[in-house]
Amino acid sequence: MSGITVIDVTKRFNGFTALQDVSVTIPEGSLTALLGPSGSGKSTLLRVIAGLEEPDAGQVLIGSEDVTERPARARGVGMVFQHYAAFKHMTVYDNVAFGLTIRKRPRAEIKRRVHELLELVQLEGLAKRYPAQLSGGQRQRMALARALAVEPSVLLLDEPFGALDARVRKELRAWLRRLHDEVHVTTIIVTHDQEEAMEVAGQIVVLNDGRIEQVGSPRELYDSPANEFVMSFVGPVNRLGETFVRPHDVEVMLEPDAGSVEAMVERVVHLGFEARVELVRDDGQHLLAQLTQEEALQLELERGQIVYVRSSRETVFSEAARRPDRPRSG
Amino acid sequence: MSRYFLRFGALGYLTLLLLMPVAFVFYKAFEHGFAPAWQAVTTPEALHALKLTLVVAAIAVPANTVVGIILALTLVRSRLPGRGVLNAIVDLPLALSPVVVGLSLVLFYGRGGWLGGLAGHGVHILFAVPGMVLATMFVSLPFVVREVVPVLREVGTEQEQAAETLGAGPFQTFRRITFPAIRWAVAYGVVLTTARAIGEFGAVSAVSGNIEGRTQTLPLYVKAQFDGFDTTGAYATSVVLALIAIAVVVGLRALHPKEESP
Repeated sequence: MSGITVIDVTKRFNGFTALQDVSVTIPEGSLTALLGPSGSGKSTLLRVIAGLEEPDAGQVLIGSEDVTERPARARGVGMVFQHYAAFKHMTVYDNVAFGLTIRKRPRAEIKRRVHELLELVQLEGLAKRYPAQLSGGQRQRMALARALAVEPSVLLLDEPFGALDARVRKELRAWLRRLHDEVHVTTIIVTHDQEEAMEVAGQIVVLNDGRIEQVGSPRELYDSPANEFVMSFVGPVNRLGETFVRPHDVEVMLEPDAGSVEAMVERVVHLGFEARVELVRDDGQHLLAQLTQEEALQLELERGQIVYVRSSRETVFSEAARRPDRPRSG
Repeated sequence: MSRYFLRFGALGYLTLLLLMPVAFVFYKAFEHGFAPAWQAVTTPEALHALKLTLVVAAIAVPANTVVGIILALTLVRSRLPGRGVLNAIVDLPLALSPVVVGLSLVLFYGRGGWLGGLAGHGVHILFAVPGMVLATMFVSLPFVVREVVPVLREVGTEQEQAAETLGAGPFQTFRRITFPAIRWAVAYGVVLTTARAIGEFGAVSAVSGNIEGRTQTLPLYVKAQFDGFDTTGAYATSVVLALIAIAVVVGLRALHPKEESP
């Protein structure tokens, strides 16, 4: 088990800059999410760490060893791909055993280890099946067991739940969290889903346009985002001029009060515990407020009603954080 | 109604164009009974031609299989500039008339050709087996490449990358991951290559010199017998070629059982 250090990594593809001077430290034993929109460079960063892409500049350290020049097969990483990358012509058993077979481990040891892992990923009894006979979630668990079989020092997951339906995705997230508590291997998960990152990871690295915007715990990112991009990426946000307000920080009142502004209710959406209220302020700006169902019922909100709104908490970014001054890739 | 008409038309077309002529060859071969036909295909010249055909195929097919797989990998996996040109070159044997292939080999290896000097050093290519092998390799090159390329594209590189991260070197990755994924395409390509190698007439004819009992393959032998008014010999040998072809087609069906009519 080892931490990962990325130093000033730059990667270009035919003139497109996927990563620009990226430096980040992944603590040993942590579960870190690389979060960003598509094209932000998060997958490229993961593949550079895995050794599947060669950086144009910079270094990658696993533990204290510089592995920049080392091929993927000698890095001791375990990788899980979005589309499973199951070896279709091999049984589940042979898939999981692959890395050990390559290492020419004794047959008895392979057998013991594969069965241990199949138990860990809850696929015991399916050892003789082929990948085509498994569901998506089962295939991805098999891929995870296969990656863990070689006892990697780091585990790299490239959008591992991206191809699964919402319910299975939620299950697997919780399961991955528990698995990490059990095996403690340094893990990086790439995702574009902020909810997934927050639910699973202890540390989140937010990427945008090939650069790191912020590194922090889910709380830090949500409560003190470094800039506009992070603020709007990690959760819903209202933008009022230069001020940013989270929908749950919008107070809705029936009577005017200090600092309140008049607004009209456009729509009320009930979502079980929470209610979302779409408003338009008297200055024409649209606003989303998030209330509990109970609050919404007490206010007896309905379409066209005039209410008064006030932000209990707002964020204003400095000029630099608002418009990060950077040369665009291209 | 018109649907039945179309089907009947297509069947009639097949019958007239393919089935009847081939059936007629079988009929003519056994017109005077089985014995003369058997005699005609077991003369020393006919047996030699059969043997030579198989020898040429036995060299050309494995060579084109190995080269074909390498070419397919290069076309799909490498970022080599000029892949488009390579892709077009691979198709050249399909587009070029086999006689032109044969003549170009004659020019290249013949007296005054770039490699014409080889003959002076005792290396005989033209009017000898090496030339026939070269001609056969030329015309049967595209089949393995063309079968393997789309399959390689379809399987993608994720499995190979997964194998790499699990510690497999390039050769292990090929043997354990890539080859199993393309093996049916390779097999299909091998069958097509074999069929072409055994049946090739034009290119081989141009380089072989057509010397009876020495540089005659089965198709050349058939033509020679026909020209020499030995119709029984020509038809009987044709039947041997046709039987090989049928075996190849049956082999194809066995490899692609999915394509069987519903």
